[in-house]
Amino acid sequence: MKNRDLAFWLFLTPVILALGIVVIIPLVLGTFYSFTDWNGLTITKFIGFENYRTLLKDTDFLNSIWFTTKFSFVTVLLLNFFGLGLAILVTQKLKSSNFLRTIFFMPNLIGGLILGFIWQFIFVNVFGNIGQVLGIPSLQGWLSTTTTGFWGLVILTCWQMAGYIMIIYIAYLQNIPNELNEAADIDGANSFQRFRHITFPLVAPAFTVSMFLTLSMSFKIYDQNLSLTNGGPFDSTQMVAMEIVRTAYTENQLAYGQAKAVIFFVIIAIIALTQVYYNKKREVDM
Amino acid sequence: MQSKRKKLFIELMGILLGLIWLAPFYLMLVNAFKTKKEIFMGVLGLPSSFNFSNFVEAFNELDFLNSLFYSILITFVSITIIIFFSSMAGYALARNKSKLSGAILLIFVAAMLIPFQSVMIPLVSMFGKVDMLNPVGLMFMYLGFGCSLSIFLYHGAMTGISVSLDEAATIDGANKLQIFTRIIFPLLKPISVTVAILNTIWIWNDYLLPSLILSQETATIPLKMFFFFGQYTKQWHLALAGLTLAIIPVIVGYFFAQKQIIEGVSEGAVK
Repeated sequence: MKNRDLAFWLFLTPVILALGIVVIIPLVLGTFYSFTDWNGLTITKFIGFENYRTLLKDTDFLNSIWFTTKFSFVTVLLLNFFGLGLAILVTQKLKSSNFLRTIFFMPNLIGGLILGFIWQFIFVNVFGNIGQVLGIPSLQGWLSTTTTGFWGLVILTCWQMAGYIMIIYIAYLQNIPNELNEAADIDGANSFQRFRHITFPLVAPAFTVSMFLTLSMSFKIYDQNLSLTNGGPFDSTQMVAMEIVRTAYTENQLAYGQAKAVIFFVIIAIIALTQVYYNKKREVDM
Repeated sequence: MQSKRKKLFIELMGILLGLIWLAPFYLMLVNAFKTKKEIFMGVLGLPSSFNFSNFVEAFNELDFLNSLFYSILITFVSITIIIFFSSMAGYALARNKSKLSGAILLIFVAAMLIPFQSVMIPLVSMFGKVDMLNPVGLMFMYLGFGCSLSIFLYHGAMTGISVSLDEAATIDGANKLQIFTRIIFPLLKPISVTVAILNTIWIWNDYLLPSLILSQETATIPLKMFFFFGQYTKQWHLALAGLTLAIIPVIVGYFFAQKQIIEGVSEGAVK
């Protein structure tokens, strides 16, 4: 097909229209609105960077960014640790390998909203109950403090997504030729040495892929946040995505919420472009 | 002998970990059968009797059949249009080797990086102005958000389909649309399965977008679940029964298409 072929454009029209109307136009309009006093219907004046100046002093917003950053840092480390661990476990040719893979992946298919509600029950009632019976006070009152809310979100996210990261690592682990491990075995390498010198270097590309994937996933979390802690106590476990939704739809400050959304976009874009940069660099190194 | 025992140990550890992974579902299920008082007495054990009254009540309160219907309708129609239009676009972009075609593909790929919250506010307001905050508007939005990854996957799959097929069909007098629908699209079936799976997982579970678009009457399962949970927040026996109901369709689907789902997700993630 050539550029001037009618068929080329006819085949592309539906998706160009959809992407344009649903993503591109709102992104451009939204960026423009963030410099105005837009209230959803009308704009009375252009206010320059005022929304952005306000958000630099907005403690709720700054706290949400800090909380999300801490959350993402911990989650990325744990998710990759568990993801790789589970992947190594289920590629051991165990009798239960397929069964385990199915189970570890299962939470991924269920929405974060529903899983958050289930874990709310576990943290509040089950933990509380066990804490009471065994006399462990630290198991009681979960989700009622910032710290337990934080770890609650971390545990939920790791449990839900570790199976997904596992799938990525499995794809890379299966590319490692069996002969390598067999040869090392004959040479007397133990399983830690084999991991250190064979598995680890060969799954290194998977680290880059899943580090960035988990980073942007954890930065964008909303459903789990809403159903598990609902931002509480006192908005202290509120993440960026939720802060934006609240500003726009609870406080009805659409232009201001949009300014936060633009900052959010910039953060996500920086993460993504860093990944592209690393991928390019790796390709050159290879 | 040593390695055999080691293997058994790993096997047992694996099964133990698997059981821990399933524990939340166990806790949900056993407590969904209990009365309010029984939950208060203890959450770990089995219920005194397997009474389905919680489920019946949750089923009615959730208006379960109605929300199941809208979840299925919205997911099915969205997936169908995503597959149809994205495969056409992936085909057109793969068969045109010009710079322009490459640039269009790049725009679609770059659009994947835009987080939903960044476009949400103007998007909902725009659709509100033209009175499209309804299931049809939602399906169109899903096409807009879902087409990028799908086009990318179809474009990748097209490299395995030879141009000589197009040429032979052209000689036989087929037009572009006929070539696509009769020859190319059937050959893209494996990737269509992947596209369908990835988008189903996303759309079926999506909460935020439908919560801004749909009314109570057309609410999907996650949306209805949120309203329901707000009402029964101190009544865990009903809330857990509702959550169990909400999960059942997913587990049934996973049971039947487990292999395809894991392969599809793997394919979508590694690319």
